Amino acid sequence: MSSSTKRLASWREIPIGGAITEPGNSVKRPTGDWRVFKPVINQERCVRCYLCWVFCPEPAIKILDKPYKTASGREWKVTFEVDYDFCKGCGICVEECPVKAIDFIEEVK
Amino acid sequence: MEKDLWIRIPLSSNYAAAYAVKDVDVDVVAAYPITPQTTVVEKIAEFIANGELNAEMIHVESEHSALSACIGASAAGARVFTATSAQGLELMHEMLHIASGLRLPIVMAIAARALSAPLSIWGDYSDVMNTRDSSWITIIASTAQEVYDSIIQAYKVAENPDILLPVMVAYDGFTMSHTYEPVYVARDRSIILDYVPKKRPSWNVLDVEKPITMGVVANPDWYYEFKYQQVVAMEKSPEVLKEAFQEFEKRFGRSYGFIETYNLENSKIGILTYGGLYGTVTEAIDYMKKMGMNVAAIRLRVFRPFPYEELLKVVKNLEALIVIDRAISFGATLEGPVAMELATMAYKKGLDIALHSYIASIGQRTVTEEDVIAIVKNTTALLEKGVKVTEKSIYWGVRL
Repeated sequence: MSSSTKRLASWREIPIGGAITEPGNSVKRPTGDWRVFKPVINQERCVRCYLCWVFCPEPAIKILDKPYKTASGREWKVTFEVDYDFCKGCGICVEECPVKAIDFIEEVK
Repeated sequence: MEKDLWIRIPLSSNYAAAYAVKDVDVDVVAAYPITPQTTVVEKIAEFIANGELNAEMIHVESEHSALSACIGASAAGARVFTATSAQGLELMHEMLHIASGLRLPIVMAIAARALSAPLSIWGDYSDVMNTRDSSWITIIASTAQEVYDSIIQAYKVAENPDILLPVMVAYDGFTMSHTYEPVYVARDRSIILDYVPKKRPSWNVLDVEKPITMGVVANPDWYYEFKYQQVVAMEKSPEVLKEAFQEFEKRFGRSYGFIETYNLENSKIGILTYGGLYGTVTEAIDYMKKMGMNVAAIRLRVFRPFPYEELLKVVKNLEALIVIDRAISFGATLEGPVAMELATMAYKKGLDIALHSYIASIGQRTVTEEDVIAIVKNTTALLEKGVKVTEKSIYWGVRL
């Protein structure tokens, strides 16, 4: 028996063959708790190249209309952030970042 | 049967399978050649080359890929077919469960053959019996005509929206796959297509207009329910099979059931078997009649779902049942796979019947009418000694 108190659908109520007939429902399934390491974007180093956004398989890289000014005075119109509700911690963004602007930090409870 | 609608031609069971595939207008065939199945696919290739069948023939590198390609094509909404034997069926085994789990109405012909090692290209039912728990509806034919008719019926059942399970139609390797019998085939396949019309797919298909995901992961909260859906579909299948057989008979005049019997009246001993061996058994029964012995023959035609209700009706008046299996379930309580079913049925239904399990014709070891008569005599002697259920299966014809 399921330990959840929420009533799950019976065999009569679900499509046969395990088919998912409702497209785009992955947003209902947060996968952030799969993570062991957490990518953290260093806004000072980030050059807004979009490569993390391109490579993220989830996709869990958000592009926000949030201006950012670096310590050296460079102004960016957008900010890249990780969507921690869905980031599984695969580390692909860390690997692909050409300026090493993403730190990979172990999750600590 | 309206004679002008049919032509009577000599066909092997393999060719009969190919003719059925042509007449149900299959869209995709993916197969890999293996003895004794090869000529099924050769004939289909010939039909396609001659323009008699408009289908895509996918040449694959293995049987695993053959069934995988069929799964993909069926998921795209095509009517698909494959055929195999022995090692090929074993190599497909993983995909058998995926085909049924995805609820795709794939139809497959099997020229039943012994399994390696040691290598044997000859016939027995070890390959078919190994698929027992794969959730495929399993029909075992005993004539080439029945192979043709069963494959047509298979699509009718598989594509029924209440079923959507794959169906395999098996028959003896060599003794059926390569021997010729007169077979009635449709002069014009439109009569067959009236029986199994090609409509919009009744199953889940991949469609860009209506996107779905197939082949997902089901965690412990969900997996069980999907398997139970298969249980329910299998439970409904006897009714759908029965309707398919009845409509087939109404349209075409050839009658089929879950089982077939011969000389049941006045017999106290029955012999139950499947496939081409049934022909040998009925011949032996005619000889025994002349010798003053009345013995019944029972043929199991549908193995999954196991037709215990129908069997019960015919065996309930018998004192003893001989089950001849052409496969071994090594280490089982009774090593004959069908004998095990019968033992369960007898217990389930409180049936008081002697049950003698025999294994015969493994790797196509010859079984003649004389063997069948000797089996009956052996069982009669055992009954006189009070043997109700054989302690283990009797390995008929093995050199001891």
